[in-house]
Amino acid sequence: MAQIIIKNVRKEFGNFTAVKESSFTIEDGEFFMLLGPSGCGKTTTLRMIAGLELPTSGEIYLDGEEISQRPPSQRDIAFVFQMFALYPHMNVRKNLSYPLVSQGMPRAAVKAKVEEVAGILGIEKILNKPVGGLSGGDRQRVALGRAIVRDPKAFMMDEPLGALDAEFREHMSEELRALHDRMGATTVYVTHDQLEAMQMGDKIVVMNNAVVEQFGTPQEIYDKPATMFVADFIGSPSMNFLRFDGSVAEGAQAVEMNGQSMQVPRQLEGTAGKLVFGVRPEHVTLSDAGDYRGEVLATEYLGTTQIITLDTPNGDLKARVPAGQVATVGEKIGLGFKPDTITLFNENSGRALRSDLNREVLSHG
Amino acid sequence: MSSFSVTEPSPRSKWFAGTLVILYALITMVPLAWIMLTGFKTPPDSISYPPKVFFEPSMEGYVNLFTTRTRVGQEALDALPPPDTWYEEIVRERDMVIAGPSKFGERFLNSVIIGFGSTFLSIVLGTLAAYAFSRFKIPLADDLLFFILSTRMMPPIAVAIPIFLMYRQLGLSDTHLGMILLYTAVNISLAVWLLKGFIDEIPREYEEAALIDGYTRFQAFYKVVLPQAATGIASTAIFCLIFAWNEYAFAVLLTSGTAQTAPPFIPTIIGVGGLDWPAVAAGATIFLLPVMIFTVALRKHLLRGITFGAVRK
Repeated sequence: MAQIIIKNVRKEFGNFTAVKESSFTIEDGEFFMLLGPSGCGKTTTLRMIAGLELPTSGEIYLDGEEISQRPPSQRDIAFVFQMFALYPHMNVRKNLSYPLVSQGMPRAAVKAKVEEVAGILGIEKILNKPVGGLSGGDRQRVALGRAIVRDPKAFMMDEPLGALDAEFREHMSEELRALHDRMGATTVYVTHDQLEAMQMGDKIVVMNNAVVEQFGTPQEIYDKPATMFVADFIGSPSMNFLRFDGSVAEGAQAVEMNGQSMQVPRQLEGTAGKLVFGVRPEHVTLSDAGDYRGEVLATEYLGTTQIITLDTPNGDLKARVPAGQVATVGEKIGLGFKPDTITLFNENSGRALRSDLNREVLSHG
Repeated sequence: MSSFSVTEPSPRSKWFAGTLVILYALITMVPLAWIMLTGFKTPPDSISYPPKVFFEPSMEGYVNLFTTRTRVGQEALDALPPPDTWYEEIVRERDMVIAGPSKFGERFLNSVIIGFGSTFLSIVLGTLAAYAFSRFKIPLADDLLFFILSTRMMPPIAVAIPIFLMYRQLGLSDTHLGMILLYTAVNISLAVWLLKGFIDEIPREYEEAALIDGYTRFQAFYKVVLPQAATGIASTAIFCLIFAWNEYAFAVLLTSGTAQTAPPFIPTIIGVGGLDWPAVAAGATIFLLPVMIFTVALRKHLLRGITFGAVRK
């Protein structure tokens, strides 16, 4: 089991830069998510850790050893592919034995180990079947089995649930997480699904356009986004951005927006110009009082909550409020925002302004 | 209730298609059947008019194919001890004795060595090249591939004279090696292009999984990619073998003795003791067999192979 350190890693494919200098640390035993939209460089990063791509520059440490230029066979890392990549000309047992055979393990030991892993995954019954006829879930289990069978230092998973249908995904993600908790192995997991990342991950790296946008726990990423991209990408519906021209002073606890004073966490840096007032939908409250008002455009009933879309002087806004609250389209409602949850962004750079809310998070980003 | 399906042919259209295919097969089989039958006729039967469909089978053609014979006078024939083999008996009836084996066996063996040798070499080189083109970043890969294809844009026989001169200089004329190299050179572009298509279809993840599982790239290639490419390799091998096996023009030009293949040899049988059609037909029949056996043996792969992997996903 191992700690993985990514240090200034960069990958170019010809003229195209897939990953720009990226650094983050994956602690021993963590379930670590690489999250981002497609083409953001997350899979390339994963493949560089596994050795399927060699970084153009930068270092990768596995358990303190620099491995960035080593062939995959010498890294002791397992990889679960999105399309499973089970060897189609072998049956399940052979697929599971294959990584052990390469290590020159004696036949009896291979057999015992394969049975053990099959037991863990509940696939004893299909051991002698060809992989061709297996269901998606069983293929997934065999692919996992092939990864865990040789007790590698770390697991790389490239959207392993991407090929499963929605219903089964949920079940499999629980199974995956349980498996991880039982084995305690460092796992790096690539996904473009923010829900999956939030649900399963101990830590998340959010990547966009070949750059690491933010790195932290799911709570940190959700509550204290470092950039507008992260704030927008995480959460459904995503964070509201109320755009305004104004200024904020160092130490200020309120900003002036449309002539109204809005309370914010104590700011640690001052700036002026185009600013963005970021608030999560569930941190918006509706009341008849309130000077900042918006007109209800639409309501979306979700059972326990409802999403209300409002037109405000600073752009559209979505509020998540209890389902029982009455709001009719066309009505003008007063809006309140939970002050300690607000993040201010500089619209030009897209970066969050430092405040009491996010000081620890931004210091290492 | 009758239902209409776009994808599933109706029983009637299936029956129609089946009949059509069988009819076509029968028509194309007639020359083949005729050659095989002629091999078992006596020389008079083989040239009788109207042609004989029903006849008394004889092994004379095959005996003549594999032997050389000399005509002897009646007294000398009577002086000989009675024939002790069935084939000698056949020869005696024509007032001849067996002088020795003919060269057909040798020539046939040459065909086998050269045909399968060049097929093997084409497949080995073609697979490696196709794999490299498919998986690695090769500078000017497209231009190289076009160059490889362009070697087939001219009929090979157009360069027969230069090759003839070159081979004479290099001492490759009438050698097995020379013919194997020549047929390989002709087949390699077909092999590279066909196999590249097949290898492109094999997802890279299989090899990557093998690399991760602790294998070297070469091990991943032959343990994971090759079994996957078996279909493509089999059908490419058949194409290569058919060309090398049937090739006539270069064989006539470049071989005359030790390395002569069966195609230029079979017509020379005609010259021995008149028009010996049964012997020629026997030679042609035997000559057809290896490709037929090879094709039938690989037919499972071939059927999937000629769809160029379109079905496999």
